[in-house]
Amino acid sequence: MTQALHLTNARLVCPAGGERDGELLIVDGTIVSGEAPSHAERVDCRGKLLAPGIIDVGVARIDRAAARAGGVVRVAPMPDQVPVLDEPGAVQRLALIGRPDLWIHPIAAATRGLAGTDLAEMAICLSAGARAVGTGRGWIADSGVMHRVLMYARDLDVVVVTHAEDGGLAAGAVATEGETATRLGLPSAPALAEPLAIARDLMLAEETGARLHLRCVTTAAGFALVRAAKVRGVRVTCGVTPAYLLLSDNAMSDFRTFAHLSPPLRSEDDRKAALAALADGTIDLLCSGHDPRGPEEKRLPFADASAGAADAATLLPLALGLARDGRVTLTRLFGLLAQGPAALLGLETGTLAAGMPGDVILIDEHAPWQIDADRLPGKAGNTPFDGLPVQGRVTAMWKGGRAIAG
Amino acid sequence: MNQSDHRPATLIPGGAVFPHRHLTGIEGLEPHEITFLLDEAETWVEANRTRAAPDQRLAGFTQINAFFENSTRTLLSFEIAGKRLGADVVNMHAAQSSVKKGETLIDTAMTLNAMRADVIVIRHMSSGAVRLIADKVDCPVLNAGDGRHEHPTQALLDALTIRRRLGGVANKRVVICGDLLHSRVARSNILALTALAAEVRVCAPSTLMPPAIERFGVTAFTDFDKAIEGADVVMMLRLQTERMAGGYVPSTREYHLRYGLTLERLNDRAPGALVMHPGPMNRGVEIDSAVADHVEQSAITEQVQMGVAVRMACLDVLTRRARKVEGWA
Repeated sequence: MTQALHLTNARLVCPAGGERDGELLIVDGTIVSGEAPSHAERVDCRGKLLAPGIIDVGVARIDRAAARAGGVVRVAPMPDQVPVLDEPGAVQRLALIGRPDLWIHPIAAATRGLAGTDLAEMAICLSAGARAVGTGRGWIADSGVMHRVLMYARDLDVVVVTHAEDGGLAAGAVATEGETATRLGLPSAPALAEPLAIARDLMLAEETGARLHLRCVTTAAGFALVRAAKVRGVRVTCGVTPAYLLLSDNAMSDFRTFAHLSPPLRSEDDRKAALAALADGTIDLLCSGHDPRGPEEKRLPFADASAGAADAATLLPLALGLARDGRVTLTRLFGLLAQGPAALLGLETGTLAAGMPGDVILIDEHAPWQIDADRLPGKAGNTPFDGLPVQGRVTAMWKGGRAIAG
Repeated sequence: MNQSDHRPATLIPGGAVFPHRHLTGIEGLEPHEITFLLDEAETWVEANRTRAAPDQRLAGFTQINAFFENSTRTLLSFEIAGKRLGADVVNMHAAQSSVKKGETLIDTAMTLNAMRADVIVIRHMSSGAVRLIADKVDCPVLNAGDGRHEHPTQALLDALTIRRRLGGVANKRVVICGDLLHSRVARSNILALTALAAEVRVCAPSTLMPPAIERFGVTAFTDFDKAIEGADVVMMLRLQTERMAGGYVPSTREYHLRYGLTLERLNDRAPGALVMHPGPMNRGVEIDSAVADHVEQSAITEQVQMGVAVRMACLDVLTRRARKVEGWA
C-alpha cells in the first residue's frame, strides 16, 4: 500500500504557485495532485502556513537540532570542513550522514586545500555528491587562479560560490571602517573590500560565462555591481543573511562578540541598501550562515573571538518578520528560502508543485517567542539577535512525506 | 589651581559624584566626573611633593597589577601609587607567550577574583579585554591600556598636566600628532579633552589616521605645520618601530621631515606651546631632544609625576565603597 499524507485546511505558500487556502497530498514521498486515498494520514493545518522546507546554502557546520528547529530540510555546507571538502571521500561521507532527516549537498572546494593555488578535483567531487564548488571563508587572491577556476567550473556547468572580500584590504580586520570600529579600537577594513572583490569576480564570470554565486553580499556598492551585472546577463546570483538586513556595525558596541561576523557588520546605509536589494530582486536567496561557536571561541576580547553566528534556528522567524514589515511577500520569501537555493544547487525541489519531493514545513506564523542564546537549539547559541522578541515557529516538518520529530 | 572647567564636583554629595564601579575608559564618564578625578589627583600632587606622613588608607588591601603586555612606566607608576596609599601591591607579569590570546583570560580573571583582590589593574593587548574581565570579577578594575581602545589614566594625567600648566583645559587648542590609528592614548585623550571643552586637533599621515575620527569632535590634519598653528599644547605620540619601516610610513627620516617636532617648527608655528609626550620617546623621530628637554615648554617629566597622583586618586576613589567611606558606602 502506498504511504500517503493529506495536509488539509492549510494556508499554502508556494514560490511557484503563490499563496492560497487549500490542501496538499504527499504520496510515497512526492507531492501529487488529485484525490487523497482513504488510508491517507490526515493532518488538519488550520490557521497555519504550509510551505516548502528551507534549503540553507553555505552553512559552516552541520547542526541537526538547529536545522530541525528552523525548518531547514537541506543544507549546503561550505568546503572549509575538517577535512577540507577537496576529495571525494570527504564529500561523499558528508553527503550521506544527514539522511534521511536532513539532506546534505556539499559545496566542494574549488582549489586544493582551499589554498587558492591549484584546481581541486571538481568533477570527481561532483560525482561524489557535491552540488557546487566554492572558495569557503576565504578569497582567491590570485586572479589567474580564479580565472581558471571559473573556466573549469563552466565546463562542468557547476556554480562557483565565493566569499567576496579582498584579502589584502580585509587582512587582520574584524570590523568595518567607521565610527564604531574607531571608538572600540578594533582593526577595521573599508567596506570597499567587498565591491572590489565582487567587481573582479563578476568580470571574470562575464568573460568566462561561468555561474557565480556570491554567498553573502552586504554593501551598497556590492549590490549595485550585482544589479548591473544581472542586467548585462552575467550568470550571477547572490545571497544574504538576516544579520545584514537587520543590524549595522553599532551592534558591536560593548565588544559584543556575537556580532563579530564575517564579513563584518556594515554601516546603516549599507543595511538599507541590503533591504532595497531584497525588495528589488537583486538578492536571490536568504541563508543563515549557520556557524555555531561555543563560549571558548566567543567569550574572548572581540578581535580574538571567532567570527560567525548560529542562526539556522532564527532564520525563519527573522525572515517572517521581513514579510510582516512588508519588505517581501510571503511567496517571494519562500522563493528566497527554498526555490532560489534549489535552483542554485540544481535540485528539483523548493516548491509545492506536483512532482516535487514532499519536503514541507508547517508554520505557526504568529507564535511569539524570544530569542535566547542560552536556550537556542543546536550546537551553540551565538546569535547577534540574542534577546530579540520574534514571531513564527515551525510546528511540524516532513521530509519526503515522513514526519521529522522535533 | 583647581580651576574647574565644569561645575564643581564638590556640590554633589558622596558617592553620587562618581557612581562607576570600574574605570575601563574615558568613554561613559561625564565631564564633571573627569573633573572630580582631576581635583582628587590634585591633592595627591601636593602630598607627593611634601612627603608628609605616609598615607595608609589602603592598608590591608590587595592591589593586583595584571599586565598581559610589557610595560615599565605604567606598571611602575601604578605600583608606586598603590604603595603610597598603603596597599599590598602584587605584580602579575603574564608574558604574552604564556597567556595565549584569550583562552585563559576568563580563567585568569576568575583566579584573580578567587584570590580576593581588592582592586585589579589590567593591561592587555586586545581591545575590550579589560571590560571582559571587569564583568567577571567582584572588585573594581582599572584599565591600564587595552589594545588600541583606551588608556584612561594617561588621558587624566595629561588633562591634569594641562590644567596645572595653563590654568584650565577649556578652549585650549591641543594638537595630538603621531600614530593615532594604533594609539589608545590618543583615543582616551580625544574623549577626555573634548569632554573638557578643549579644541582638539589631530595630525597624522592618512595611513595612521583612524577612520571617521572627525565624528569625535576633532579636526583632522595631515599637514603638521598647519595643525600646530597657534597651538597651546602639542602632544606627540610614539611611532612604534615596527611601523616605521615602510608599512605605514616610508622611513623614520621621512617621518621626521613631515611630522617631527623640531625647535624651529615649534618656535615658528606655536611659540610658547606646552610640549607633551606619553613616552617612551623616539628622540630624533617624532620629537627632537631640544624640544623634549626644553626647560620652560616641555612638560614630559611633569606628566610622569602627574601619573602617580592620578593613579593614587583613581585607586582611592574606586575603593571608597569597599572601604565604606562616609557617603560612599
